[in-house]
Amino acid sequence: MMKRVLAAVAVVWAAGVAQAEDVMRMAVTTSFHNSGLADVLLPEISDDLGLEVQLLVVGTGQALKLGEAGDVDAILVHAKAAEEAFVEAGYGTHRREIMYNDFVVIGPAGDPAGVGEAESAAGALQRIEGAKADFVSRGDDSGTHKKELSLWRAAGLEPERFGAWYKAVGAGMGAALNTASGMGGYVLSDRASWLNFGNKGGLALLYAGDPALFNQYAYIPVNPARHGHVKAELAEKLEGWLVSPRAKALIDGYEIGGEGLFVFNAQ
Amino acid sequence: MVDLWDGLVQAFWLVVTLDAALVEISARSLRVTLSALAIASVIAMPLAAFLAVKRFRYRRAVIALLNALMGLPPVVVGLLVYILLSRSGPFGVLGLLFTPTAMVIAQVTIIVPLVASIAHQSLRDLWHEYHDLLISMNVSQGQKMRTLLWDARRALLTAALAGFGRAIGEVGAIMIVGGNIDHATRVLTTAIALETGKGDFALALALGFVLIGLAIAVNLAIHSLSRTEREGRW
Amino acid sequence: MRALFPLELKAAETARRGQRLVGPVDVRLEGAGCTVVIGPNGAGKTSLLRLMHGTARLTGGSLRWGCGEAEARQRQAFVFQQPVMLRRSVEENLAYPLRARGVARGEARAKARVWAERVGLGAMLGRQAPVLSGGERQKLALARALIIGPEVLFLDEPCAALDGAATRDIEAILSEAKAGGTALVMATHDMGQARRLGDEVLFLLAGRVRERSPAQGFFEGPETAEAQAFLRGDII
Ligand SMILES: Nc1ncnc2c1ncn2[C@@H]1O[C@H](COP(=O)(O)OP(=O)(O)OP(=O)(O)O)[C@@H](O)[C@H]1O
Ligand SMILES: [Mg+2]
Repeated sequence: MMKRVLAAVAVVWAAGVAQAEDVMRMAVTTSFHNSGLADVLLPEISDDLGLEVQLLVVGTGQALKLGEAGDVDAILVHAKAAEEAFVEAGYGTHRREIMYNDFVVIGPAGDPAGVGEAESAAGALQRIEGAKADFVSRGDDSGTHKKELSLWRAAGLEPERFGAWYKAVGAGMGAALNTASGMGGYVLSDRASWLNFGNKGGLALLYAGDPALFNQYAYIPVNPARHGHVKAELAEKLEGWLVSPRAKALIDGYEIGGEGLFVFNAQ
Repeated sequence: MVDLWDGLVQAFWLVVTLDAALVEISARSLRVTLSALAIASVIAMPLAAFLAVKRFRYRRAVIALLNALMGLPPVVVGLLVYILLSRSGPFGVLGLLFTPTAMVIAQVTIIVPLVASIAHQSLRDLWHEYHDLLISMNVSQGQKMRTLLWDARRALLTAALAGFGRAIGEVGAIMIVGGNIDHATRVLTTAIALETGKGDFALALALGFVLIGLAIAVNLAIHSLSRTEREGRW
Repeated sequence: MRALFPLELKAAETARRGQRLVGPVDVRLEGAGCTVVIGPNGAGKTSLLRLMHGTARLTGGSLRWGCGEAEARQRQAFVFQQPVMLRRSVEENLAYPLRARGVARGEARAKARVWAERVGLGAMLGRQAPVLSGGERQKLALARALIIGPEVLFLDEPCAALDGAATRDIEAILSEAKAGGTALVMATHDMGQARRLGDEVLFLLAGRVRERSPAQGFFEGPETAEAQAFLRGDII
């Protein structure tokens, strides 16, 4: 009996054997991954550089943590202040801006708070607060969450004091959108996650366009001086590719439902 | 309801077309979980037999500990394994984080208490039955354990399958230690979590159905491989 | 090799949770023929046998085998009042004690077949032991005990719940073993059996040995009043 079971295990085991190209690990944010851009870029990177980039899809907070611990070779996130602190503390070698996309305000199509008529991002948020309409916050210390908090403050409001209408779910973008869809609430989302989201229900895009909503992505290689094992060379190779004209064409040309998502702005 | 039906239909097509991505992550799910189960059994079964046969001072404490560990949340296990395997952790040099091996380690940790506990219960009953005879025959401690393990093998299979069920359906720990990396550490459960996050409930459900199907298939396969359902029923 | 016997008990007793099951007992067995242990239910027959065999703990007094405790364990066997069947086939049950002593698989199987034949289980070698009937279990337990060639065999009511024919079969096997030099120590409620097999009698009452005599003398005229009453079938 044991022998047969072991044989079965051996067969299954042999079924998956790894490939032998260069491999590096990069932590990226959920919102970047949900955009689908990675699915376009990774095969090209593999073709051009013979480099397999393994993505760890996590919140910005955890991405930075992974970089600090040396568990990844590079990170691609969007939380400028935190990124600068990360480089400052010596965890990353430098911060390289690659591209940006934007955040949008999503809410019930009926728009009870009148967010659609707002003149600015701050105005949109003030309307939600004024109407005490249900608002779903990521509440997970992610880049999107940090952005949301800074937008509330820019609108002269303090999220810590909000009542029960402000719901911090402590979850990823998809889960937050699912929650908003379920309760007909408002939510701040990056455009890519929204476009790719499959469970829109009664939700609609109500406000976008304020430059305050722009969302800058930056690439940071983890510092080999701190973690000797990181694949600094591969990280450098990848950086070179990410700022190349080839990457520019792919990033600017990436569309969902006829809409462009990202704007390449690497220097 | 619409999602449920879409999920079923999609599951059906994924399976009949032998979708490459599906086959890959299913095979990985099986590989990780069966490895974890094999290792966990090698640890848990002798431990259970030892606890059944040997009277020692802290026996009750060990059994209570095992039972308590059964209820350990996988996320906590995941976090502990993560911290241990992280490059900045004590076993960082091994570079095991975000590999299938790390997932196996987490799953082993999760199911050893479960398998040992269930196995111990049936071995203890059998030991009760055999006690006088084996003592009378003056067999060694090791022989007692081997005899119990062999004669209780059907019950032990059930214990192992319970472990398998828990491991294959587990998501919290392997998400943390595996990282859900496409083509490297993505398995059925983490893929389901990912698709749910994207709001693609139909695909998530489809994967869920595949997972259930796989679990049933493995149960049947192991039962028939060991011929428990045909030979010697009494 | 030193002789197994004599077995000497001095003020030996076994207790469980402070309650004495049997003892204090002073007995010296020379290991010749068959010693039958009789007495009413609860007298301590099973407990005494288990104490001698070493499966009940000695909690007072002393117990000595001629060759020393550890070695004696290897040279004796026990047939329980309720035989324990390993969840294996008849053949594997028989081979088990041999395999446990390091006998090679082939040899163990061959011996198992011989013994199965001898106790009339030859036709059911492959059957799972737990499905056997009560009588078949008794026979299997007996063969499994004798297969290692013990110098002393303890039997706890080996024929309880057996029909006449099965009892005869078992007694034949026991006589054969006795003739082959195996000492028997047997508890029984079957006075006919005690007469047929017994060479000497230990009469137990309330955990103590009340009378010890040669079998013939005992059955013709026991010394103590209790034994007389017991043989008459009175309630004592
Ligand atoms: N494990 C035990 N714990 C407590 N009491 C026990 C235990 N085993 C036996 N006894 C008690 O010890 C006494 C002697 O029991 P024992 O089994 O030796 O009697 P016996 O002479 O074999 O009786 P029977 O003819 O019914 O088989 C009984 O009163 C019984 O209840
Ligand atoms: Mg008895």
